[in-house]
Amino acid sequence: MKRLLLSATIVAAFSVSAVAMAASEVKIGVIMPLSGNSASAGKAAVAAMELATQIVNEPHPELKNLPLASGAGLTRLGGAKVKLVVADHQGNPSEGQSQTLRLITQERVVAMLGSYHSSVSLTATAVAERYGIPYVVGDSVAANITGRGFKWTFRTTPIASDFANNYMDFLTDLKKAGHPASTVAIVHENTDYGTSVAGTVDKAAKAHGIDVVADISYNANGADVSAQVLQLKQKNPDAIVFIAYTSDSILYMKTMKSLDYLPKFVIGDDSGFSDPAFISAVGNLAQGALNRSAWNIGAKNSTTWRINEMYKAKTGRDMDDTSGRDMQAAFTLMDAINRAGSTKPDAIRKALQATNLKPSQLMMGYRGVKFDKTGQNTLAATYLIQLIGEHYVAVWPARAAQHKLIYPFKGWK
Amino acid sequence: MILLQVIVAGLLIGAVYALFSSGLTLVWGMMNVINFAHGEFVMLGMYVAFWGFTLAHFGVASFSAAAAVMLFMLGVLVYLALIRHVMRGPMLAQILSTFGLLLVLRYSAFWAFGANFVSLPDGILGPSLNVGGILLSAPKLVAGVAALAVTIGMHLLLTRTMLGSRILAVAEDRNAAMLMGIRPDRMQAIAWGLSGASAGIAGALIATFFPISATVGESLGLIAFVVVTFGGFGSVPGAMIAGLIIGLIESLSAFYVGPVYQDVFVYALFVLVLWIRPRGLMGKA
Repeated sequence: MKRLLLSATIVAAFSVSAVAMAASEVKIGVIMPLSGNSASAGKAAVAAMELATQIVNEPHPELKNLPLASGAGLTRLGGAKVKLVVADHQGNPSEGQSQTLRLITQERVVAMLGSYHSSVSLTATAVAERYGIPYVVGDSVAANITGRGFKWTFRTTPIASDFANNYMDFLTDLKKAGHPASTVAIVHENTDYGTSVAGTVDKAAKAHGIDVVADISYNANGADVSAQVLQLKQKNPDAIVFIAYTSDSILYMKTMKSLDYLPKFVIGDDSGFSDPAFISAVGNLAQGALNRSAWNIGAKNSTTWRINEMYKAKTGRDMDDTSGRDMQAAFTLMDAINRAGSTKPDAIRKALQATNLKPSQLMMGYRGVKFDKTGQNTLAATYLIQLIGEHYVAVWPARAAQHKLIYPFKGWK
Repeated sequence: MILLQVIVAGLLIGAVYALFSSGLTLVWGMMNVINFAHGEFVMLGMYVAFWGFTLAHFGVASFSAAAAVMLFMLGVLVYLALIRHVMRGPMLAQILSTFGLLLVLRYSAFWAFGANFVSLPDGILGPSLNVGGILLSAPKLVAGVAALAVTIGMHLLLTRTMLGSRILAVAEDRNAAMLMGIRPDRMQAIAWGLSGASAGIAGALIATFFPISATVGESLGLIAFVVVTFGGFGSVPGAMIAGLIIGLIESLSAFYVGPVYQDVFVYALFVLVLWIRPRGLMGKA
């Protein structure tokens, strides 16, 4: 009898603690590249997402414009804490698939975040779809991740068409300010990234009534870009959009200088222009180059500045655009779980669909978060930043500008 | 005017190709060993220049000399430690060994220097030269002059000196050369050293305008093989002319047709030349 009582007590104790566990911890799965070529980007993104959970789990009244920041934990789930279960997909789509499967079936995560590589997001979201687990894509931009008829895939990040429209809106603003901005040249490397972005930019330009006077496709591994620069010099467009990797971006700047061609305005689409190696190699030749980023550290004591300080304390460096977009995805997902008031996947999915965050509730420069039927955030947008000295500073749109736009492109002059 | 500028730009990059390929001619054309790691030798020459400039504040002449010396030693070392042994094996072993060397050098550099691009400061050789409105990029001009100097120097060495005659004798018939009292291993080691030295100079000078990374051999390596085959095995002047022709075709086709199609023109001409003249432009039959 004594023994029976003892075992009953033990069983009771365990089941109580199991219930307590369920109430106090919500598991979210994360897959990111933690080894291989993109490991540094993956680790930076995981650090940002961990910081997001830390902000939600602990009271941070100083960040009160962010949902869930001021209280501790998920308030509608009895203050339950969020725990990230992180797995490495090595940049490999099939590894992404099996890790997602493991996180869902073994770790019993209630939702998923990830995964940097578009190729991995494509396979991982398919697994989540099959198991009926919500998957919020924070940073992969390939157009076809949404729009496959999936019910469980949501994406907060802006995609190529958003960027392209931002560039053209910017040029339209330039025109209104009295600067010439009616012709552009698109210079793009010839693999999937360059070709697809160039296509979207071309379409956006036409929609904005801007003439595309040259569309130059080239191989990023080439040794020389003189012919391209001479073509640009001959056409002399009002602005050039470069969709280029690092070594070719550097070569373009050096070759433009050596062939004495100072373009009127230069827009670089992230990648090469965002590589720190670009700034250290040719920053002094590319003054006034425009780039994109939805992340902006902002003024001292602003929410974004505070987040950056916390991130710096954690990792030793400033937050970058990619990590910021992942962090925003984590915030969006946690807000939805909280509003669902439940860890049931279907309730979370419904809450995600009902998401309607205002710009003031975000840490990124989106116009809000609101998903369409395909799961794409319709209010995704980006800031445009300009290279001034050794740093990029936000110059567009006006509401986020920290510095007056420099026009025309100064280059090396 | 713009046509003239396109032609000049083509000839300048062609001169860079010639410089890049000069060392390869020596070991491939004469020793009959394909050195797949040639592009990696050039890459190491670029890093020697970068570190020479950053750590020891060397000027262009000093870091080019340093790269030549370091890569001469590497060439000799590679011959003594690797090539000498695999020469006795089947052809396939030779090919795979230099390919293995490529991987070892490329990924050791990756590991040691990281994946990030580094660069020498822009304008280290001064601004472009303006000749009647045609702009000549200073670093490419220097590379072109160096290519010419290396080509002429190597040609004179091979045809006018005792050392050159010995190297050629070993290339022609190892056993006969041995009977004449020539030590083939020593000659081959020197040839590999010279090949390395010219790769080192090429790397150092290319580094003055091209971003440096461990994988740079990928972008520049293939073209060197085309240049040597096009110019004719074993012909140093042939490689020079082939480099200039390839640069010119690339530039003209990139300007008038489009940069993505430049390889089509280069390789079509390459196939045509090999079809009509399998030994290359100036190769011996």
